[in-house]
Amino acid sequence: MQVLIPSALQSYTKAARVEAAGASLDELFADLDRRYPGLRFRVVDEQNRLRANMRLFVNGVGVRDLAHALRPDDFVAVVLALSGG
Amino acid sequence: MSRTSAPSSRLVILVATRKGAWLFHGDAKRKTWTADGPHFLGHTISHVKLDPRDGRTLLAAAKTGHLGPTVFRSTNLGRRWKEAQQPPAFAQTSAHGLAGRSVDHTFWLEPGHAGERDTWYAGTSPQGLFRSEDGGVSWTGLPSVNDDPKFREWMGSAQDGTPDGPKLHSITVDPRDPAHLLFAMSGGGVHESHDAGRSWRTLIQGLEVVGGMDAATVTFHDPHCVRQSPSDPARLYQQNHCGIYRLDDFGADAAGTWQRIGRKMPKRVGDIGFPMVVHPREADTAWVFPMDGTDVWPRTSPGGAPAAYVTRNGGRTWQRQSQGLPESQAWWTVKRQAMTADAQPNPALYLGTTSGELWIGRDEGERWTNIARHLPEIYAVEVAALG
Repeated sequence: MQVLIPSALQSYTKAARVEAAGASLDELFADLDRRYPGLRFRVVDEQNRLRANMRLFVNGVGVRDLAHALRPDDFVAVVLALSGG
Repeated sequence: MSRTSAPSSRLVILVATRKGAWLFHGDAKRKTWTADGPHFLGHTISHVKLDPRDGRTLLAAAKTGHLGPTVFRSTNLGRRWKEAQQPPAFAQTSAHGLAGRSVDHTFWLEPGHAGERDTWYAGTSPQGLFRSEDGGVSWTGLPSVNDDPKFREWMGSAQDGTPDGPKLHSITVDPRDPAHLLFAMSGGGVHESHDAGRSWRTLIQGLEVVGGMDAATVTFHDPHCVRQSPSDPARLYQQNHCGIYRLDDFGADAAGTWQRIGRKMPKRVGDIGFPMVVHPREADTAWVFPMDGTDVWPRTSPGGAPAAYVTRNGGRTWQRQSQGLPESQAWWTVKRQAMTADAQPNPALYLGTTSGELWIGRDEGERWTNIARHLPEIYAVEVAALG
């Protein structure tokens, strides 16, 4: 599926849109980390929680549960939330 | 007794800020400085440290407003950086039924013993102690600290820590014995290990706590910065939330007792501050940079007139060193990692301010001159000789 990557993570992907796979958001980030080592920990902490200033949208709908199921044609956007000056 | 050392031909000042890192390269006379940076513009850099064992490897502790924490590593003095493969991270499930924690940022980086090449230590916020044995590429937590119920109680919650989060800092590796370690926690006291971190004992005897609280309760202790004397490893100095202290038998079989040596500081200045610096060759000479710790704790230079204070007799007396620094209306602070000294024959001090200024105190702090202004808020300043 297509994944939209925010500017802060493009040092890993070198692209604003990448392909990755997974039956859930958790699996998707595992796949992203295989393709772009180190990316997952910048977004998901060691307790498997989405970091405070990151947001995820699946087909335009905000999701925070990493167990959220995905279909192969879903579009996932990783977005930077406001985080102050 | 003072011994001389040969001057190094090049020095580098490593400046970590809220918005990136800078390296200032200087000549042996410390007259001209060339800025190299920003590195990691926009990243919060808590600490940049050079490995003295090879003179070229740098580690930088980083996070951003959005992204989680990581450690970057350079083996060529910052020309190229590579991210750690396994940055400090707590265990997912902790033993003893403790709640799992997440590293917010790595705060302190410390090279290991000279005889243990590629060993590093890291202190994090919230408080955690980590070790790397591959030069900072991968990091492993020390369960004796991170997953110990007693330590967890002493660490308290995020509300018990500093505004930037509770911190593990002042990691000290005794040059006499690589298994002899020390660290401090804000809050949570000072702790010492004689077995490379497998077990720990507290080192808080003699330290005071906030009035009305019980000094026997470890969690009330807030050491701001602990430094070991390079010329007398048995001596420690400490800038604490509640005064300035000295300990003379670090490494003895029995835990030593701290003596409060800040009582002779001028009453209008007090003995509260963040940094602590020890002379590279004179164990009786040390510096502090006081801040206002009265009523609501402004944490600014007392009276808006910043100054270092030096003792040359182990804390019996203190002298003000403010020549060249602003005389009034300067309300900045020097944080605990943001003041240091070089080891040149006539050492200079270096400090970074919360207002983004970098200063050098020539002649052991007697004459201060500015090196850089308008940097982001400075968190840490280190200086290293490059040969």
